[in-house]
Amino acid sequence: MNFDYTDDQKFLKQEARKFLQAHCPITTTRKVLDDNSKAFDRELWQAVIDMGWTGAAIPEKWSGSGLGHIELCAIAEELGRVIAPIPFASTVYVFAEGIMALGSDAQCEAILPGVARGDVIGCLATSEREGLTAFTAIDARVAGGRLNGTKLPVTDGDIATHAIVAALDEAGPGLFVVQLTGDGIIRETVPTLDPTRSAARVEFRGAPCERLGPVGDGAASLATILDRAAVLLAFEQVGGADRCLEVARDYAMERYAFGRVIGSYQAIKHKLADIYVKNEIARSSAYYGAWALDAGAIELPAGAAAARVAGIQAYDFAARESLHTHGGMGFTWEADCHLHLRRSRQLALALGGLPVWRERLVLNLEARNAV
Amino acid sequence: MDFNDSPEEAEYRAKVRRWLEKNAPVSRIKVAHGHENPEFIADEKAWQAKKADAGYAGITWPKEWGGAGGTPNENIIFHEEEARLGVGTIIFGLGLGMCVPTIMTAGSDADKERFVKPAMRGEDIWCQLFSEPGAGSDVAASRTRALQAEDGSGDWIINGQKVWTSGAHMADYGLLLARTDPDVPKHKGLTMFWADMKSPGIDIRPLHQADGGSGFNEVYFTDARLKDSQRVGEIGRGWNVALVTLMNERLSVGGGTGPGWAALMALAKVLPGVEGKGTVLSDGGFREKLADWYVAAEGLKLTRLRSQTALSRGETPGPEASIGKIIAARQMQDLAVEALDRLDQFGIMLTPTQLPYVEGFQRNFFWGSAMRIAGGTDEILKNIIAERVLGLPLDIRVDRDPAFKDIAGGR
Repeated sequence: MNFDYTDDQKFLKQEARKFLQAHCPITTTRKVLDDNSKAFDRELWQAVIDMGWTGAAIPEKWSGSGLGHIELCAIAEELGRVIAPIPFASTVYVFAEGIMALGSDAQCEAILPGVARGDVIGCLATSEREGLTAFTAIDARVAGGRLNGTKLPVTDGDIATHAIVAALDEAGPGLFVVQLTGDGIIRETVPTLDPTRSAARVEFRGAPCERLGPVGDGAASLATILDRAAVLLAFEQVGGADRCLEVARDYAMERYAFGRVIGSYQAIKHKLADIYVKNEIARSSAYYGAWALDAGAIELPAGAAAARVAGIQAYDFAARESLHTHGGMGFTWEADCHLHLRRSRQLALALGGLPVWRERLVLNLEARNAV
Repeated sequence: MDFNDSPEEAEYRAKVRRWLEKNAPVSRIKVAHGHENPEFIADEKAWQAKKADAGYAGITWPKEWGGAGGTPNENIIFHEEEARLGVGTIIFGLGLGMCVPTIMTAGSDADKERFVKPAMRGEDIWCQLFSEPGAGSDVAASRTRALQAEDGSGDWIINGQKVWTSGAHMADYGLLLARTDPDVPKHKGLTMFWADMKSPGIDIRPLHQADGGSGFNEVYFTDARLKDSQRVGEIGRGWNVALVTLMNERLSVGGGTGPGWAALMALAKVLPGVEGKGTVLSDGGFREKLADWYVAAEGLKLTRLRSQTALSRGETPGPEASIGKIIAARQMQDLAVEALDRLDQFGIMLTPTQLPYVEGFQRNFFWGSAMRIAGGTDEILKNIIAERVLGLPLDIRVDRDPAFKDIAGGR
């Protein structure tokens, strides 16, 4: 048994950390935060492409490096630590994974090399309105190979070249690939809680589209994408949560109150221990999800849901309590605590939130129980 | 990331399986904690001796003292296979898990010769004489006094009281933490001994617990006499020896027992929901909690696998093992309360029921409280994580430097 990264994967992770220390200091994220015209950091995005990260899990026959999913998880953890302001999650964990899992050979051939080369920015468009996203809350329609409808919000929808869109056609729920640079697309950036990641309102007016995955089985296809993305996103959450703990710990070691460092008070010590416990559970759950994803195991849906629930809970708690540990300083624009608070919320909601994934998990336990 | 045995591990597992299938007892006698009768003890001893003769006791212990000299992973594999058949022994846990490893680390060669092999074979049962009415989390505040006899024999005269002593009523030996010098700071005036539990001056009484049961004991020492050769380690070094025991304890006190999330799910399936709507399992509020409990329990299991991976690479499992009991003990309590809540008015009744797991949840309603205290309270474990994992400062201690006799005692 080896329930950890291998030595090679650890090396890759170390190199990724060094690379991001050099290319993504917190000022990089802050530039995107402070400049409303900036949807992402182009230089960092190009550097990440040059590192081959966008093609890490794409097989060599489609111009990827074919490293594998565990390697991609290691990269995700490091990107999560630094709150990277780039469309990596939408493009790699969601869009490319969706194409790889559901696409025909022709679709993979047409799209994946572009992802690996960095020509493609991908996104997933499901939500249309307030409340839980489901096909029952979707009006977007496909008829005669043309898509009509409006999606809101679409993470990276303003900068993406391609989208996977959830819509209905004569066969029922389905997924469709749409080129966003073509005709019939009207899109605008929308403000969100986390300006370090971009989001858009995307309107499709007779946009040409192509089916992705089996006919009439949109819900199952979407679940396939969400499960894979949930595991990878969980690693970003683990990375972010660990960083929050480190920052809170460092601050608690240098901030004095009542004549001693605040880290010497049990109220703070126990708070940080609580964060540690949640982070470790999230890490273990993410590892299990990674194993299931990499091995193509039938345990993936339960493993992904558990990884996502634990990941959301850990990063949410760590971000909030890390800010709290910083006291009044933590609630200033200058302190970086709010960057984690924002990103933890963005990651918590992007694929559907805690209530959705808890329910997915329990449905899975029931199904397992019934067999 | 993979869950498969390495070729060597697979071979060892196959060997263990073959041996267990041939030799394991078909069924084991079961008794409640604290109610171990002679028949049960004889059954445990016979099975332990059989394991020892085949090299399946003291698996990781050095060959020099009769151990099998195996790897931590082999130890884990054996216990997994033993647990799979439900034939694990119980009453040797304190000896094999804590007391005898302490003797192996700090004891004399004569002690090792005397105790290691018999413990492996289940000939001796051990108990741990650390906690006192005034020394729980703060076990270094032990007041049980060891005074050297004035007759020049070098013997030690012991007076005082220990409490929460599991298994004292059936133990042959106990590992005893006692104060030899109250005139120096508290951590420096302690010395470790082993005691023959059948010797005069040692009085063992069952402790009446909050749940009505009696699984533990109080042990009273009244002029009990120990030879100086029963000292484990140097005079005044008892705290350092105790730390060896406590470190082993944290590794062995696993946490949750009894019905878990799956049991609660089974019960929820057959109980009606609020206002007669569906079942408890179809209740949204319940489902959200169930998901969280599953994630914590499975996450904990997986965290243990990460520790095992570290162990198999020759790394020492660190204080991070502390997170296990923090999660598991609290979850025991929370699951029990949820089960009783969902049984509604019926939850208060001790009358037997056809519904699954109710008795177990009622037992855990009390036992959750015990587990959050035993083997390090939630608060002590969080201190350990904060100080030893995160590197935060130790608590300010008003009792560190003065002579023990001068510090505030209270109750």
